[in-house]
Amino acid sequence: MSARRYDAVLIGGGHNGLVAAAYLARAGKRTLVLERRPLLGGAAVTEEIFPGFKFSVFSYVVSLLRPEIIRDLELPRHGLQILPLESTITPMDNGDYLGSWSDPDETRRELERHSRRDADASAVFGRLMHHMAMAVKPIIGMVPPDPASLAPSDLRGLLKLGGHFRSLGAERFHALHKLMTMSSADYLDEWFEFGPLKATKSASGIIGTFLGPRSPGSAYVLLHHYMGEIDGAFRAWGFQKGGTGGISNAIAGAARAAGAEIRTDAAVERVLVRNGRTTGVALASGEEIASDLVVSGLDPRLTFTRLVEPETLPGELLEGVRRYKFRGSSGKVNLALSGLPDFTCLPGKGPHLRGAVSISPSIEYLERAYDDAKYGEFSRNPYMDIVIPSMIDPGMAPPGKHVMSIFVQYAPYALNGGWTDAKREAFGDAVVDTLARYAPNIKSLILHRQVLTPADIERITGLSEGNIFQGELALQQLFFLRPVPQWAKYRTPIHGYWQCGAGTHPGGGIMGASGRLAALEILRNGR
Amino acid sequence: MLKITPFHSRTAPLVRAQTWRRWAGYQMASAYDPHPDREYAAIRNAAALIDVSPLHKYMLTGTDSARLLDRMITRDMTKCTVGQVYYTPWCDAAGKVIDDGTVSRLADSTYRLTSADSSLRWLQMNAVGMNVQIEDVSERVGTLALQGPLSRAILQQISPGDFTKLKYFRVIETTVGGVPVTVSRTGYTGDLGYEIWVEAPRAEALWDALIQAGTPYGITPAGVWALDIARIEAGLIMLDVDYFSAHHALIEARKSSPYEINLGWAVSPGKGPFNGRRALAAERGRGAAWGFVGLELDWDSFERLFRAHHLPPHLSNIAWRASAPVYRDGIQIGYATSGSWSPLLKQSLALAHLRAPHFNPGTQVRLEITVEHQRKTADAVVRKLPFFDPERKKA
Repeated sequence: MSARRYDAVLIGGGHNGLVAAAYLARAGKRTLVLERRPLLGGAAVTEEIFPGFKFSVFSYVVSLLRPEIIRDLELPRHGLQILPLESTITPMDNGDYLGSWSDPDETRRELERHSRRDADASAVFGRLMHHMAMAVKPIIGMVPPDPASLAPSDLRGLLKLGGHFRSLGAERFHALHKLMTMSSADYLDEWFEFGPLKATKSASGIIGTFLGPRSPGSAYVLLHHYMGEIDGAFRAWGFQKGGTGGISNAIAGAARAAGAEIRTDAAVERVLVRNGRTTGVALASGEEIASDLVVSGLDPRLTFTRLVEPETLPGELLEGVRRYKFRGSSGKVNLALSGLPDFTCLPGKGPHLRGAVSISPSIEYLERAYDDAKYGEFSRNPYMDIVIPSMIDPGMAPPGKHVMSIFVQYAPYALNGGWTDAKREAFGDAVVDTLARYAPNIKSLILHRQVLTPADIERITGLSEGNIFQGELALQQLFFLRPVPQWAKYRTPIHGYWQCGAGTHPGGGIMGASGRLAALEILRNGR
Repeated sequence: MLKITPFHSRTAPLVRAQTWRRWAGYQMASAYDPHPDREYAAIRNAAALIDVSPLHKYMLTGTDSARLLDRMITRDMTKCTVGQVYYTPWCDAAGKVIDDGTVSRLADSTYRLTSADSSLRWLQMNAVGMNVQIEDVSERVGTLALQGPLSRAILQQISPGDFTKLKYFRVIETTVGGVPVTVSRTGYTGDLGYEIWVEAPRAEALWDALIQAGTPYGITPAGVWALDIARIEAGLIMLDVDYFSAHHALIEARKSSPYEINLGWAVSPGKGPFNGRRALAAERGRGAAWGFVGLELDWDSFERLFRAHHLPPHLSNIAWRASAPVYRDGIQIGYATSGSWSPLLKQSLALAHLRAPHFNPGTQVRLEITVEHQRKTADAVVRKLPFFDPERKKA
């Protein structure tokens, strides 16, 4: 054992691990974070993978980082600086486009160009989603109560929740029920008629899940986007200066300022357990570090089957972890560009290049993309969410040059025959070919191309099956079911061993809520 | 008829929502986009190009020009070297502030004074019997503020001037894009930045050169709305918003001394005779009656006021300029004069006049805000200004 003793050791320097570390250190605990890679952030990292060009390699925008975390940890003081990402355009196959701009009047007029009815509906739909988001928001901030438990704390939580839902009134409760059960395509069909609008809105319902827009349950994920809207006043939505690694570094800065120690290149091999209690961790180097409190920021599969001996855990838990769905469904293509892409639908260097470009011309297009994946292939014509970070933060690329981030879906982890170098490049080609249909000059601009499949995401970040949310954000594994029924409150059956990653409630996105709630729960329980 | 600045032909086509305002009798862009988020972000992340030509500008020459300035302003003009710039207030005989601005020493006996209000008469009144020529060059000289972390990198592309050597509050003569200019390392944003002074006929050429060289660095034309947010973060006061000129205030209570508007640091009591010297010495002895400080709103308290109405908190994306009462223990102790949500600091900020002894940093106060048509108060804490002071400003 090394000489130093810690009150808390966190496994994994992803953003949730760092958030948890910062809260624990602020509460006076001697805290150590251990990160396997040379850099912090997990899937929220910035790397210069081509000289002079910086990439938010995996996660690329901030939308849901909890305002209370920003305030509690004083993240702006440690480098958090979120720049506005103002627009989205959806190129259409007929050469036109659908734009959504930062000014609501401009957006409304744009939508009227395509459908006056949808322009009217949009405002009413926005109001409904506002109410739905307000209805769900308290859930994000609470430790999930177990509905099968009679423990006073669970009952209190359930009562609070019951009271909250009663206060919604019948109309909103019914709307919420529909949102929880329908597919995003069906749900949006009730409101809108214009295909590219429905497709672009529904795309936010499929990100990171192995579902198509016509799969039931996909409507709920739409709501996650509106959660950002009601915190809109706080304006925590956009692009972090210097890429998403800047967020991780800001959180790490706050943790260090509170006294936490952070070590990189320090891979944890296993959690030490004696008589049902944790006593510390053993590193891959052989070093052992003693602590009565060990918190895993890794996903449930790694937390329960890699870091500890599975035999020491209850069979139901292991079965639950086995059933828990990862099914990575998305990939990433990062391009270093010698100039700006020229979109046929909006030629030139207009303001649309400072926002997102969504390749989602129709629901059919997205569903066909899903069909490929369903049968074990990557989408020949995938859904893509494209941003050019260097247009927002010029520091991301040399002057006049650009970086492009392309989020791609679908790329199934379980590809027929498995991922190979050749298949990775074929996937990259499919992405660039699809983009070239809308921006024909793209191929001539590419200085460097990085293609990341779910297998690459797993290999580099450790995220099982390359799922960006540490497990799908599907209803059957959310809230008191995340990751596994009865183990949704950040605890594990091993005394002193806790979980704080996105595989716990409320999960995914650079939100930090899992890390914060886990730390608060640990502190409330005296460990 | 409102005047237009020498950059109007370049700025006007960019004002997409026709959001114009008045500034010292000039027509001025509030913002180029319908809202200022992106323009503000450029100030803090890249570089913003702001037309600040409506400033009043005077060239002072002649052997007594330093004497005139020393008599007028509160700082010690005898210590100002060639190439140096002073930010300073100036007062009436009662020690009440008339205006604030910058003095640049361009050559041995050549100075440029800027002011928010027209100052010709006051200069002339103070110059009686002195060998000094006062020329109002307000319309002859256009001014662009290039502000933000990449402003230096942009200037270096198109100017032979050595901007790594140009220190904070220093000025040089050089060319930018081949256009003769003076460049001062000054500004109203509290960030790394420069103000570029150009003869009006060459103004457009200067604008074009900066836009061309700056585009790869994210240069963004910005209007007054964006500037207003930045100057509040930087704790910089504004005439007619945060204080009133002693020459225009209708009642005594509206006048302020430098000590009362956080400019005590700019008063040099030991220097030779100057306007307001005796009154300021007396005030210094007894302590100022008012302090000018920052207020930082407590978010939880703010959010609670909205939650009572089942509303998410509402924040405007432009700064406010209005008087809002400030209370402590139920008694009004002062008033805020302007404020803004800080997109950078993620805090609601305000600038406020507070009575002694309530202006010490850390003091808990309450600020009046209106929520759903009802006047409420939210918790706030007194902060020392500036709220935001990056190293790069002076580095």
